[in-house]
Amino acid sequence: MQSNQYSKLQLYSLFTLRVLIGWYFLYEGLAKVFTPNWSAYGYLIDSKGVFAPLFVALAENPELLSIVNFINIWGLTLIGLLLILGLFTNIGYVGAICFLLMYYLSHPPLLFAEYILPAEGSYLWVDKNLILLVTMAVLMLFPTSRIIGFDSLIFRKGLVRNK
Amino acid sequence: MNEEKDENKNNQDNKKTEQSAPSENKHVSQGRRDAIKAMATVPVLGAMAYGVYRKRKAESVNRNAASMFRFRSDIAPYQPPVSDAEVIRIGIIGFGIRGAQLMQALGFATPQYVENLIIQNKANPDNTRYQDFLEQDDLRVEVTAVCDIFDTYAQYAMDAGANIYREGINGRLGPRPKRYWNYKELLAAPDVDAVVIASPDHWHGTMAMDALKAGKHVYLEKPMTWTVPETYELRSLARNNPRLVFQLGHQNRQIEAYERARQIIEKGLLGKVTLIETGTNRNDPNGAWVYPIHEDANPQTIDWEQFEGDPERVKEYMEYMTSAGLAEYVGPEARDKFSLERFFRWRCWWDYSTGLSGDLLTHEYDAMNQILKLGIPSSASSSGGVYYFKDGRTVPDVLQTAFEFKNKDMTMLYSATLANQFSRSRKIMGHDATMEVGNTLTVTVDQRSDQYRQQIDQGIIKPGEPFYTYLPGQSVDAVSTATERYFAERGLLYSFIGGKRYNTTFLHMKEWIDCIRTGNEPSCGIDQGFEEAITAHMGTRAYLEGRTMYWDEENEEITRG
Repeated sequence: MQSNQYSKLQLYSLFTLRVLIGWYFLYEGLAKVFTPNWSAYGYLIDSKGVFAPLFVALAENPELLSIVNFINIWGLTLIGLLLILGLFTNIGYVGAICFLLMYYLSHPPLLFAEYILPAEGSYLWVDKNLILLVTMAVLMLFPTSRIIGFDSLIFRKGLVRNK
Repeated sequence: MNEEKDENKNNQDNKKTEQSAPSENKHVSQGRRDAIKAMATVPVLGAMAYGVYRKRKAESVNRNAASMFRFRSDIAPYQPPVSDAEVIRIGIIGFGIRGAQLMQALGFATPQYVENLIIQNKANPDNTRYQDFLEQDDLRVEVTAVCDIFDTYAQYAMDAGANIYREGINGRLGPRPKRYWNYKELLAAPDVDAVVIASPDHWHGTMAMDALKAGKHVYLEKPMTWTVPETYELRSLARNNPRLVFQLGHQNRQIEAYERARQIIEKGLLGKVTLIETGTNRNDPNGAWVYPIHEDANPQTIDWEQFEGDPERVKEYMEYMTSAGLAEYVGPEARDKFSLERFFRWRCWWDYSTGLSGDLLTHEYDAMNQILKLGIPSSASSSGGVYYFKDGRTVPDVLQTAFEFKNKDMTMLYSATLANQFSRSRKIMGHDATMEVGNTLTVTVDQRSDQYRQQIDQGIIKPGEPFYTYLPGQSVDAVSTATERYFAERGLLYSFIGGKRYNTTFLHMKEWIDCIRTGNEPSCGIDQGFEEAITAHMGTRAYLEGRTMYWDEENEEITRG
């Protein structure tokens, strides 16, 4: 699978991108860990678009909401760690894509959608969540963790000997 | 993999020094290189940990600075009604707009009203008012008697009283309450323990006094009185009947944030408060009291004679208006002349109304009285006029009243217009900080504060930026995130944290019912009501007479100085 032959510049660019995105996820997670009573409630209830009823229903069910909160706080933290460390990165990428897809679907930058939290940019159909989502797919297809990261130790065996 | 990498490197123009290492060292350095490559990013976690540590430390300094804003959560939690509590039998006098709302707060609405809620919910599932109404706690009350002088409203009131299952059209109904054509007959009924009075202003005091005389508990809509003399009479009657629970309808007493605001004042966190700014902005005909006229209304379906008012009250009113030279504000139509406008839009004429002072200033004053224990102002001066709604009304649609509290070194400014609905926050301004009061509280420290000088100089407090925000129901207050503030200001957080959002009118009526059962004193009893009524009357008289009104504390009377 990892048959890419990167130039040094390519490798370090991809690697840097992976670590920076990992950093971003990790701090998003930690910030929630350290916020007392953090809840996704407000964000979910402010959902727009076709899937809004689903997200609002999640927010309004206390049990489901507490699960959503738990998954968000620890999921983001874990994904951040995996990407930074280059450990089981494919799990991290798939997880990140799922999170980003949920964020995109709950807050799609529709033509006339207005959200309570002001956006930090101007968007039409495409927003940073969507771009990040595709970036994750690209990183998954151009892996670096088996070169720089713990995956290089874990997945080394077969590769080293096979040549 | 590693081979690939090595190949990769070999293909490059740049040669790595490691690549040309002596072959006997190759195995060792290869292992070391692998380890380095595997763990290359571990220092990144160190950097993250350092960043998080620094950030948390800065926040904790902030949190310590904010600890003076931390309170014991002594706001009483909501107590659901006891399911086997004794049923209290209620009579309702007046089933207009407000009367219907009060009945809903008690759990009774017309089948038509419930049907509309069902339709709204079907059309838009986000509209959960129907479910909210169904789930509203049963207060263990029964509506046994209704009185309205407009036949259609009386029918509605009976329909609502019978709708004990809270169902829509063609739903199950309980026994219909009895209709009384005259409120005095209702007060004489033995199957009425307590009455809810939601008549026009000119009947408030009279009906409340008659109810107390008849031995009934009273929930009276604000303002407490229409004339000044009846204010004293009602107070002495209520004081002489302490067993009867009197609650004035300022449901804002139930807003949780106001209690916290009171604690902030009590702790002196704003410093010396010298100015309070409150107001009302509305911009629609309904808000300006141009209520719809019911199609069934005519001289046959309305008891106009009873609408005119209690002769004693009307005499007091006319005596004041005549003696103060205010004849231009009386009428203009004869009191005994039937008028649909005057019946449905009575708030537009002094003949029945207390104007902006009685209708809306009272809410603002009562909120501030609750927070700052203001008492009656030492003086009041007002200005304004009929500037927008030139529909023949005599009460102003723009009003400013400045109340002085000389013994507290404080002014309260009330400013209102019925032709603009820009949102102006209520502000309590102290030397050290300003508090904005709504469903949430925001405290902003003043640049020139003495109390917070040190923290401002140390950069712990940034003056001009909201320093403390109180979000109702939050278990941890003090410093909150910007996100939380956004959501809370729009009422989102509130409904989540408490799990449920309560209608303040429901809570206020519940408090009254609870007090009837327990003998406790309600939060807006006769003394708070007396202060509210006198304050409003001072503002009104200052407007009408165009001069400052004073409160003679010793003799308890309004004077012209």
